[in-house]
Amino acid sequence: MNIDLLLLTILLACSLWAVLTRSLLMSAIALASVSIILTLLMFRLDAPIAAVFELSVCAGLITVIFVSTISLTKPITRVELKQQTKARIKRYWYLPVIVFALAGLLGFFMVFPEVPSLAALPDLDVKDVLWKLRQTDILGQIVIILAGVFGVVVLLKEKMNHDGE
Amino acid sequence: MSVLFVLVPLLLVMILNACCKKTMSIVASWLAGLYFLYQAGICVFWKSVWPINNLILFNFDIDALSLLMMLSIAIVAFSSLCVGLSTITESRKKFNFINLLLISVAGMNGVVMVRDLFSLYVFLEVTAVSSFILIALNKEIKDSLEGSFKYFVMSAIATVLMLSSIALLLMFAGDTSFESVRDAVQGTNNFYAVLAVGLFMGGLFIKGGLIPFHGWLPDAYSSAPAGVSVLLAGIVTKTTGIYTLIRVVSEIFGFNETIKSILLLLGIISIFVGAFAALLQTDFKRMLAYSSISQVGYIVLALGTGTGLGIAGAIFHLFNHSIFKTQLFVNSAAVEKQTGTTEMGRYGGLSNSMPVTGWTSVIAFLSTAGIPPFSGFWSKLIIIVALWTAGYHTYAALAILGSLITLAYFLYMQRRVFFGKSDKNSGIKEASIGLLIPAIILALITIGVGVFFPYLVDTIIVPISSIF
Repeated sequence: MNIDLLLLTILLACSLWAVLTRSLLMSAIALASVSIILTLLMFRLDAPIAAVFELSVCAGLITVIFVSTISLTKPITRVELKQQTKARIKRYWYLPVIVFALAGLLGFFMVFPEVPSLAALPDLDVKDVLWKLRQTDILGQIVIILAGVFGVVVLLKEKMNHDGE
Repeated sequence: MSVLFVLVPLLLVMILNACCKKTMSIVASWLAGLYFLYQAGICVFWKSVWPINNLILFNFDIDALSLLMMLSIAIVAFSSLCVGLSTITESRKKFNFINLLLISVAGMNGVVMVRDLFSLYVFLEVTAVSSFILIALNKEIKDSLEGSFKYFVMSAIATVLMLSSIALLLMFAGDTSFESVRDAVQGTNNFYAVLAVGLFMGGLFIKGGLIPFHGWLPDAYSSAPAGVSVLLAGIVTKTTGIYTLIRVVSEIFGFNETIKSILLLLGIISIFVGAFAALLQTDFKRMLAYSSISQVGYIVLALGTGTGLGIAGAIFHLFNHSIFKTQLFVNSAAVEKQTGTTEMGRYGGLSNSMPVTGWTSVIAFLSTAGIPPFSGFWSKLIIIVALWTAGYHTYAALAILGSLITLAYFLYMQRRVFFGKSDKNSGIKEASIGLLIPAIILALITIGVGVFFPYLVDTIIVPISSIF
């Protein structure tokens, strides 16, 4: 239990690091660390296959794509960075306050009842789960991937052409 | 055969992108248009085309409600295609628009056909992802990226809520199919079951843009390209938010006093805040966006009664609203294209130079305000009767009052845009045929549904209310 709590805390810290850091590269690395810790948590929760997927796709593949894309970009200057930081603090100073207030409220006033015993899940092979139980979702996944491809085409490809012109 | 409604658009997208880009970009619009007409046709003649649903591949299932939703999806997608083709000038953008439209339709068809909570979530995401990209199609304009990003963030929050809820429900039911979840959830007072229901409904409120979860909606609608606004306002939020809410609440979670009062309260708040906000808008598309929130309020209010009649009224108003709101957005696209602005203060007397747009818009707004003999009158009548018979007399009275405000802001809009003096806008011509065809078809549907309502009661309303 204590290890899980520690892992969850690190997970939270890494996610905060990913959204707060100014450097895109650092952000990508932080995101990869989030995935790695999530993998550990999944292993501890007896979900080795989900963990392997998380590790290979989210921590591995996606990080590679992020880092290679970031290496093609141009970082902003120090002056711009300072201005952006100031503007952001001015705009969002209340967000951490709200988060801490909510966390405090939840911690002090909410009493969570005992988690009920789990319903029995069918003991099936991964391939059975994917191809028999979750056939429909795979079709949905294919459509999502296609949509993602168009996202890249629409939002990024033409921009590259503009830069090239 | 139901899987075809997802597979065919998917295959079309693949074929369009497989080879001969030049030929494909010419035939793309025809293929997509034909597919939408085919889908609408199948939905209308469903029983005579496929008497038995004999080939059950994948877990798709079609009932009367799914058919009605798919009919609206086909009609709105066809209108959106016509508007997109007439307003987008760049050929590559046109091609991307058609592909994304097909993907979005595949996603929405999936949403209305699945009978499993997790699959529902997957197809909701398909629709959402294609919508983010569609809103940002004109990415040169800063607003459109901002609108898209707002929708993205709010949608991500909705996703988190729904996924957590699905996880909790899986714990209880051991499965995510509608039946098992229903058996596990209904009648229990367990804290986590109630939490799961609350989280899922919260996610759907965000997706449907109900007040106070509406922050993204006016920006997304008004900053998107005209064809995309038509699709978003006409059907995307209706399918992902409202249809799903109706399906999930009436088929899985069931009605109890808390759920009913939440729905009634959110419905009435949305009706009034949406209507008053619409009164204050100066931008044509933003006004329509707030009006959309207000009309969605009626649907949720009707659902809140928890009776068969109320649910049938909600679904009927959902269909009618998707038709006349699409109509109004098509008209706004025509006006925007001919005058180059969406600011209402800069129009005036457009009815003289754009008679078809002007008059179809009159039909749509009269229907929205619930004036007989148009379709909106009947659905609002059913909603108010359902509220009254369920014993919610105050809500029924407030709903009628809300309808008056609807009439007020539409009359104000009509006076500023289409009627009045026309000296500012001399030299403006009627919109192109691509924008007039959907406007005329939609106006005919609005009138037709209103006039032939007694016939439709037996073919649409009764089968749908018998599901619940």
